[in-house]
Amino acid sequence: MKSAVEIANDVQTGATTAVAQLEASYAAIEARNAELNVFLHLDKDGARKIAEAVDARVAAGEKVGPLAGVPIAIKDNLCQTGIPTTCSSKILEGWKPPYNATVIDRLVAAGAVPVGKTNLDEFAMGSSTENSAFGPTRNPLDPSRVPGGSSGGSAAAVAGDMTSISLGSDTGGSIRQPAAFCGIVGMKPTYGLVSRYGLIAFASSLDQIGPFSKTVMDSAVLLEAIAGHDPLDSTSLPEPSPSLVSHVNDGVAGKRIGLVKELYEGADESVVNAVMGAVAVLKEAGAEIVELSIPELRLGLSAYYLIAPAEASSNLARFDGVRFGLRVDGEDVTAMMEATRTAGFGAEVKRRIMLGTYALSAGYYDAYYGQALKVRTLTINAFKKAYAQADMLIGATTPGVAFKFGAKSDPMEMYLNDVFTIPTNLAGDPAVSVSFGKGEENLPIGVQLLGPGRSEASLYAAARVLEIADGRS
Amino acid sequence: MTLPEGWELVVGMEVHTELLTKSKLFCGCENHFGSEPNTNICPICLGLPGSLPVLNKDAVELAMRIGMALNCTIAPSTFHRKNYFYPDQSKDYQISQYDLPINSNGFLNLPDGSQVTIERAHMEEDTGKSTHLGGSGRLAGADRSLVDYNRCGVPLVEIVSGPDIRSSEQARAYAAELRGILIATGASDGRLEEGSMRFDANVSVRKTGDPLGTRCEIKNLNSLRSLQRAIDYEAARQVELILEGGTVRQETRHWDEGLGETSTLRVKEDAEDYRYFREPDLTELVPDQPWQDRVRAALPPMPAARRAKLLERIPGATKAQEDAVAVVIDLDLEGYVNAAADAGAEIAIAVSRAANELAAGIDTLSNLTTDAFTQTVLMEAKGELSATQSKVVLGELLANGGDPKKIAAEKGFEQMSSDSLGATIDDIISKNPDEWQRYKDGDDKLSQFFVGQAMKQTQGKANGKAVIAELQLRK
Repeated sequence: MKSAVEIANDVQTGATTAVAQLEASYAAIEARNAELNVFLHLDKDGARKIAEAVDARVAAGEKVGPLAGVPIAIKDNLCQTGIPTTCSSKILEGWKPPYNATVIDRLVAAGAVPVGKTNLDEFAMGSSTENSAFGPTRNPLDPSRVPGGSSGGSAAAVAGDMTSISLGSDTGGSIRQPAAFCGIVGMKPTYGLVSRYGLIAFASSLDQIGPFSKTVMDSAVLLEAIAGHDPLDSTSLPEPSPSLVSHVNDGVAGKRIGLVKELYEGADESVVNAVMGAVAVLKEAGAEIVELSIPELRLGLSAYYLIAPAEASSNLARFDGVRFGLRVDGEDVTAMMEATRTAGFGAEVKRRIMLGTYALSAGYYDAYYGQALKVRTLTINAFKKAYAQADMLIGATTPGVAFKFGAKSDPMEMYLNDVFTIPTNLAGDPAVSVSFGKGEENLPIGVQLLGPGRSEASLYAAARVLEIADGRS
Repeated sequence: MTLPEGWELVVGMEVHTELLTKSKLFCGCENHFGSEPNTNICPICLGLPGSLPVLNKDAVELAMRIGMALNCTIAPSTFHRKNYFYPDQSKDYQISQYDLPINSNGFLNLPDGSQVTIERAHMEEDTGKSTHLGGSGRLAGADRSLVDYNRCGVPLVEIVSGPDIRSSEQARAYAAELRGILIATGASDGRLEEGSMRFDANVSVRKTGDPLGTRCEIKNLNSLRSLQRAIDYEAARQVELILEGGTVRQETRHWDEGLGETSTLRVKEDAEDYRYFREPDLTELVPDQPWQDRVRAALPPMPAARRAKLLERIPGATKAQEDAVAVVIDLDLEGYVNAAADAGAEIAIAVSRAANELAAGIDTLSNLTTDAFTQTVLMEAKGELSATQSKVVLGELLANGGDPKKIAAEKGFEQMSSDSLGATIDDIISKNPDEWQRYKDGDDKLSQFFVGQAMKQTQGKANGKAVIAELQLRK
């Protein structure tokens, strides 16, 4: 499949049309969606109108934008006017938002054509997309395995050649981990770089929207299109969208790259080997490798599983049957709310709501949520210290390759899959997962590059070096 | 009301006021009372999934104005989420300031010279409004509940006083003074009947000198009268309970205006755990010094300063005049009074007419120009109109507007000639020889008797001052 950059170029020059690209995308979706369960909803009519508008602008001689006519898949926790948005939860089944997420508006402004909504772990809570109320998504590389999660559908759409690019959201690794499992590029941007307006919140202080793509360049083009200040999101950074595309080929010469023990130790041998291989490539390309230990990162997982559920317990309170989505009647309002939430939420969502409610409760706040906030501060300071010694950090994205369905039935075991990705979210920093090397059964391995706030350009440059070395152009 | 000898009342107040902003606290929806239900709503104040709050700068400025008027420290502040399930709370949490409010550590001086400390004045969003139909008429057990979200997200400031208030009269004076300040700052319209301000009173009693007693909170009092009555009732209830050997239980109580009683709403053990935590969708609010300076510079004078300024023009003002001045300031009538006084009218007359006649006709005040008021008061001061006539002219001006001189002429309020008045006075003296003798002997109080008689005989056309002048001539 062609890259987004190639498609946009072909559409802009008239070599192909946005409508033709859209039809090709839908054909690819038809061919495999029944097997893989990637899309929950396709917006064929709406997408066609957007594509036709792009073609009309091209015909009128206009410069459409960096994503002219590029079909894109959207994680189903992003609101799109009039399009069912479910978060893969029964509680939102049939709900159609009356407004667009800011990223949707920016995508369309850049010429992209949103084709439909992709599957996820319910409310983005999970690491395998097995927690969807509408069935799991299968990994296109090996349908007996999970695509990762929570943005499993968006990762599978790209890995399965249904679209060249897609949007996901990353709260504790939900873009990077599925990118690793599906052998593609996934970027979790700096907190605040991309507006969260219209992203249905899981954990507001950790959530960030980001791109999936097969190439580093596509990732940069897509992120550049959606990034930048949004007055509708108070936590959005004040600066305009950074220049990323122009830095993708900057290389890593002279960069200090920290190899962090805590970001690969305990991973499968093949994963550790891939990280070491990546380090060798970067050194060869002129980077200086610094070996680092950041013991605080080991505390991240525990802190995350208090902070994220605590925020989620509050964010998900509004799903009460009063104003939208599912309503299960009861004797009175309280009974109706209870019945609605009991029927509407899946087991993992209920587990996290209970965890979070407990962590915030009077008498437990200090011991749990309060303590977790302290650990978060420790993590932020530890990263700061590390970034005084290195321009960026390297480690594994996940402890292993994509696992089989049902392989991690114990929630704790599933949570441990995010151990390398979570600390970045706590710090609000960016990190990218780029496919590098292969593990068991020839499955892809993701190498993770982490940087300080707003260092996306440097991370892309390093990822590009690895992409080339891995034999992809 | 007074408690039995040796008992002391302790009251702390929590006052919620809606802010007079154009739009709501976290979205662009119109902040307007009385619209059709669910018309001033959007994805944000409805709490639709994916929507995010953005803080309204105008609301912050009004909150700062309140803080400054209450002598508070303005500090960097944060927002928290107060979590509880209720259908009129669209997100099922309320965004409110918690441990770091924008305003803290202030005070309010009351007209009687007492001072009440202000612990904090913080910002929060209002809820929607529920109507429960059928069944119990309350949320639990109603057949149907309807919710209007127009009010959901309307900006509020909650002003929390220290436990410094020692009588229901003082509580009322505090609430009234606060209301005046909120109106003066432009933060509130002060319309209690529309719920623009709502009072909660924390009431406890103790033997004088003892530590603070257990308090009960009376919620949602919506008039000054209810506030005072509820506190009196609650204080008496607590004293009686203790005297009977019982103990006061910490609880929230409801005031029933009809019954004139408070009753238990919920006890402390049932208090909800609100699981407060920092609102992650909002950043820290840091009003920098230049912003604070701009707001402070634009702050109009407060009622206390305005009262003092007006009273400066009335040396040796009586208590009644002080009260009248308070009414003039409260109703924003000093423009009329000052205009009349500047034109040479007697200010005491102007204050009295404003505090009585203008206050009574406040709804149609726009019919009355300051110039017409000035002319009327001047006519009265010069003796061209009697007090009664002056009141009639003002009543007509308030109702329909017009020219005071023409109105006086139309009503036949011709000035009585001194000859005709003199004849009337002679007649009254001859009919009341005893009173006249006592008056001549120095009983000045009797002048009012003769003025009254003269008014009676002339159907109010006589001017009181002219009557006294005629009496003096004959003494």
